Amino acid sequence: MDINTKKIKKNAYRVTKVRGKTALRIRVPGGHLDVKYFDIIKEVAEKYGDGSVHMTIRQGFELPGIDFDKIPEINRMIAPIIQGLELDYGVSIDDIEGGYPAAGTRNVSACIGNNVCPFANYNTTDLAIKIEKAIFPNDRHVKIACTGCPNDCIKAHMQDFGIIGQVEPIYEASRCVGCEACVKNCKKRVTGALRMENYKVKREEDRCLGCGECILKCPTGAWRRNPEKYYRVVIMGRTGKKNPRLAETFLEWVDEETIIKIITNTYTFIEEYIDKEAPLGKEHIGYIVDRAGYHVFKEYALKDVVLGPKAQVANHIDFGGYKYERNIYFTK
Amino acid sequence: MSLKLSREAFDDVLKDLGKEYKIYAPIRIKGEGRFSDTDVVRYGEVSGLDEIEIHEKAHFSPKEILFPITQTLFYFTEGEYQEPKYDEKKIIVFLRPCDINGVTRLDQVFLENGEDKDIYYERLREKVKFFMIECIEGFDNCFCVSMDANKTEKYAAAIRFGDDMLVEIKDEALINAFQEKGEFVNFEPTFIQENLVNVKLPDIEQITTETFEDDMWKEYAQRCIACGRCNFVCMTCSCWTMQDIAYDENNSSGERRRAWAGCHVDGFTDMAGGHGFRKNYGDRMRFKTMHKINDFKKRNGYHMCVGCGRCDDVCPEYISFSSCINKVTKLVGEERK
Repeated sequence: MDINTKKIKKNAYRVTKVRGKTALRIRVPGGHLDVKYFDIIKEVAEKYGDGSVHMTIRQGFELPGIDFDKIPEINRMIAPIIQGLELDYGVSIDDIEGGYPAAGTRNVSACIGNNVCPFANYNTTDLAIKIEKAIFPNDRHVKIACTGCPNDCIKAHMQDFGIIGQVEPIYEASRCVGCEACVKNCKKRVTGALRMENYKVKREEDRCLGCGECILKCPTGAWRRNPEKYYRVVIMGRTGKKNPRLAETFLEWVDEETIIKIITNTYTFIEEYIDKEAPLGKEHIGYIVDRAGYHVFKEYALKDVVLGPKAQVANHIDFGGYKYERNIYFTK
Repeated sequence: MSLKLSREAFDDVLKDLGKEYKIYAPIRIKGEGRFSDTDVVRYGEVSGLDEIEIHEKAHFSPKEILFPITQTLFYFTEGEYQEPKYDEKKIIVFLRPCDINGVTRLDQVFLENGEDKDIYYERLREKVKFFMIECIEGFDNCFCVSMDANKTEKYAAAIRFGDDMLVEIKDEALINAFQEKGEFVNFEPTFIQENLVNVKLPDIEQITTETFEDDMWKEYAQRCIACGRCNFVCMTCSCWTMQDIAYDENNSSGERRRAWAGCHVDGFTDMAGGHGFRKNYGDRMRFKTMHKINDFKKRNGYHMCVGCGRCDDVCPEYISFSSCINKVTKLVGEERK
């Protein structure tokens, strides 16, 4: 058997522990899809795989038990999925019958968002799709997820870029009866950014996460939603064998355009600073930022970005997490 | 007198009336609803026909125009006090028959309950003319017909919205503004005769303290979260509390305000020393229910609830007030007509 593993990996197939068998990963940008695609996934799994499908943590589908020589046939079969879940979203892929043209930049995942969830501050799937359009196909290893609110159900804090919805609550004092529902809730569940003063509510902007809980709790509509959408961007969270850590806030109160721009800018940064001797030419973005430094990354990421008046940028990031083995950071 | 006007002509009339009146109507505020990418429909000042939202029930009732959510009663400085300036401009409110009937209840509470009238309410009330929005189909959760609140004659003008506007004008002071803007027609508003929700009312003679202690209220103790949304969207909830404010910068000046209060909300029955009468949320549901469909009628001869169903629309725990009324009726028997 003569397989170019580099080629098939780039095509979203992988080398598995079973000799001669591969597995295919289907991307589902934004984690939401029409059920009609299940028919194709089912057909591929039954005809070429082992009749099963694994739901990946990134909201894709992985179909195991596939023979390497069936890849071209399968790629033709999944063309409607690539059409519907990539090309129709505006992603450009030259050969629609050739399968996925890249696999390094992982599926952009999303919580269920404001299609369903009352807490979500935006349509997470729609934004994930817009990001997909901007970055796919791309082979660099970048993980992105969109979550509707700081509850962070998608675990945006475990991504290289985690997009967290923010809302600016607008207070109409004359509609407030002073029931304190928002104040009590903010203290219990959030940051305690609200307090009562003379029967009215004061909001400390610096402590406010923009979660929107006050708007949800207000019985008189004294708290309203600014329809303008804002986002917090947390960066360089990761798991892995060296230094697992949660992402830290890079930007807050930025708009959609800024997010797309900083993510696309990041690819330029990667090309410049990636370890040229990294095994198989692969290096996770987080480790590149560790080596180059946050300030260098920031400079690249914010290039040509026009930040809005509410936007805030982290001056410095003190990344936490822990190191399995600290000595790996020293050279004799 | 009834007229048919084009939408443009009606819009002109509104603009004309706007010089003399503040005009309030349900409006749709895009994207500012409770959940993201949702709208809120509530009362606001309008200057033209297209601003009026008639396809969705206003989430909040028009009572806030007559009985503001918060209202300064007077300002004080050391030994002196002063009432706030009084806005002379008259008011027009677009509202449905159930809400006009709701105003009758507010009148009862603020003007006819004992010897003294509530002058703050009275001053606003005197300035208001009702433009009745004809309501033939109603909305989800409406039960105005059961509450006998589907009809009214207390309007200055009645309006059927459409490609052409049909208007019946009862108030002679409005005739000048309308006549010559349309053609005379025969038009009288139609009132809804049947809702999707029907309520059977209880025989209130059979409601006793045993009814208060019935197990049916225990369910609400579990379900209600005491948020007070039902109180605040209600057209007839008219409780308020006093807030005395001393200004931060100088404690010897300040103001006395009143603000809406709700019997479901914590603090409503708090007494000096920390005692509260209805700490249990089921008791609060019982108290509200009994006020709406029992004791108000015993005192005034008609029920307080007008069946607008806004409490059902808004409850985050899907507690239905109309179902609750039906449960009471099942317990004590139906009213004898």
